[in-house]
Amino acid sequence: MIPTTYVRLEILRTVRNRRFFIFSLVFPLVLYLAVVGANRHTHVEGIPFSLYYLTGMVAFGTMIAQLSSGGRIAAERTAGWTRQMRITPLHTRAYFATKVLTGYMMAAISIVLLYAAGVSMGVHLSAPKWLMMTGLILVGLIPFAVLGILVGHLVTPDSLGPALGGGNTLLSLVGGAFGPLSTGRVYTDVVKCVPSYWLVQAGKSALTGNAWPIEAWIVVAVWTVILIRLAAFVYGRDTARV
Amino acid sequence: MRDNSGVIAEGLHKSFGPVKAVRGVDLNISPGEVVALLGPNGAGKTTTIDMILGLGQPDAGRVTLWGMPPAEAVHAGIVGGMLQTGTLIGQLSVRELVTMVGSLYPEPLPVEEALSLSGASEFADRPTNKLSGGQTQRVRFAVALVANSDLLVLDEPTVALDVEGRRDFWVAMREFATAGRTVLFATHYLEEADQFADRIILMARGLIVADGPTTEIKAKVGLRAVRATLPGADHGALATLSGVQTVEIHGDSIVLRCTNSDLALRALLPRFPEARDIEVHGAGLEEAFLELTEERPELDSVDDRAEGPQ
Ligand SMILES: Nc1ncnc2c1ncn2[C@@H]1O[C@H](COP(=O)(O)OP(=O)(O)O)[C@@H](O)[C@H]1O
Ligand SMILES: [Mg+2]
Repeated sequence: MIPTTYVRLEILRTVRNRRFFIFSLVFPLVLYLAVVGANRHTHVEGIPFSLYYLTGMVAFGTMIAQLSSGGRIAAERTAGWTRQMRITPLHTRAYFATKVLTGYMMAAISIVLLYAAGVSMGVHLSAPKWLMMTGLILVGLIPFAVLGILVGHLVTPDSLGPALGGGNTLLSLVGGAFGPLSTGRVYTDVVKCVPSYWLVQAGKSALTGNAWPIEAWIVVAVWTVILIRLAAFVYGRDTARV
Repeated sequence: MRDNSGVIAEGLHKSFGPVKAVRGVDLNISPGEVVALLGPNGAGKTTTIDMILGLGQPDAGRVTLWGMPPAEAVHAGIVGGMLQTGTLIGQLSVRELVTMVGSLYPEPLPVEEALSLSGASEFADRPTNKLSGGQTQRVRFAVALVANSDLLVLDEPTVALDVEGRRDFWVAMREFATAGRTVLFATHYLEEADQFADRIILMARGLIVADGPTTEIKAKVGLRAVRATLPGADHGALATLSGVQTVEIHGDSIVLRCTNSDLALRALLPRFPEARDIEVHGAGLEEAFLELTEERPELDSVDDRAEGPQ
């Protein structure tokens, strides 16, 4: 059973969250338009900069969208609301699924806005390539959805801003969302183990027409499994009162 | 499967590190009863309620609600409640929040009814984060009511309310309870338990020290103790003094447990003018509980274990 009223009101709550809109939608959009506007015709790693930076900003914005559901979980925990929910018929699974769903919904809004900005900056892709890129991004976001739930059980509202903002920026930076950091061998190998790298690489795959290499699927799957284990552990531990 | 056994708890124990919060609690609440869990702060009321609701796992013992384990009963929508701590989530109006919670239950109360019963109608369109403490408490009550559940559990529900708010609260609670619903509420106010419960379960130091109809329990804890030094006291003579219920003599000291300590003092002094060092112990709950537990030596032995080295 899908608790439709519950999901609808959760979506409403997410949409009403102004901080989310600024960080997840406005910030990447403005950054994209400003940076790409000045370097429209350059290429990075053989990819037109307008597309390269587009995937970077999509990775950045959608990661925030997913991680911000962690922020909402943290706020609900400290308000004691999680405990209140635990004495309603709502299943824990449905509670988390709703958080992931709203995270994806916000990510989708971010994607659509940034794609529109990309097109306005001259990004040209065929429909299948747009679809493949989008599909890979949505898959690449799975570990971040779980990470959001995990972080939601670890942080307090005080540390929330720095933890999410800092963590997100770091992941984006390492993943290459703001441009390649280094071309050194070791660095490149290490970075390939970071799930945000593959989120950024979704654009490159779209351009070449080849989906991720096998290692990308492995990295995403392994991170997802590890994070689910960790999230289940901290959730089980989290029965204390506030 | 669901039966009609109400709340049954057997042998509940729960420790937090060295603190033995609950040390063997047995409860049996039939459907339709309005029961107060009365005890001073730290008695273990919230810990007990958490285990009944499935929010805390007992170290030992078990709970069933209408024949089901707590988690299952909660998923069946049998339980609604207002926890001791907690505020509301934001980005919603009061009405939206109550709607959200109601939608999770199989047979919720109409939202407007829950709002008006809890006294939250006037500010139903306000954002949940723009409420006073008393208003927040009313909304928390609305959230518990909208469940329209068989069992309503309220943990210290009136703490943030003023006098008027308290009165409104209990009127609403009574109205809800008349429909044959089972209510379990925790409080440390004897008057609240006395006025609103059919039955009082007294808790102190992690144990149930008395359990019975409200009138019976009130007579026990409403007692005052008069202590005095009175060498050669005559047990029979003291017992006949008006207002005195029981007499204890320990050497030169006497303890008179009184239904009316004023009467007892007036009767005591003319007959035994040599009585001195007179003390009257008030009916503070804490004292009443201590006296009740002192009368039961088996509790002390549990206590020794609780406080001894691990
Ligand atoms: N999470 C906890 N960690 C440590 N001690 C706790 C915890 N919860 C309750 N206690 C202790 O357990 C005892 C009973 O607490 P509680 O059930 O809250 O009592 P009441 O609700 O009757 O005031 C108290 O001594 C309290 O300090
Ligand atoms: Mg309590």
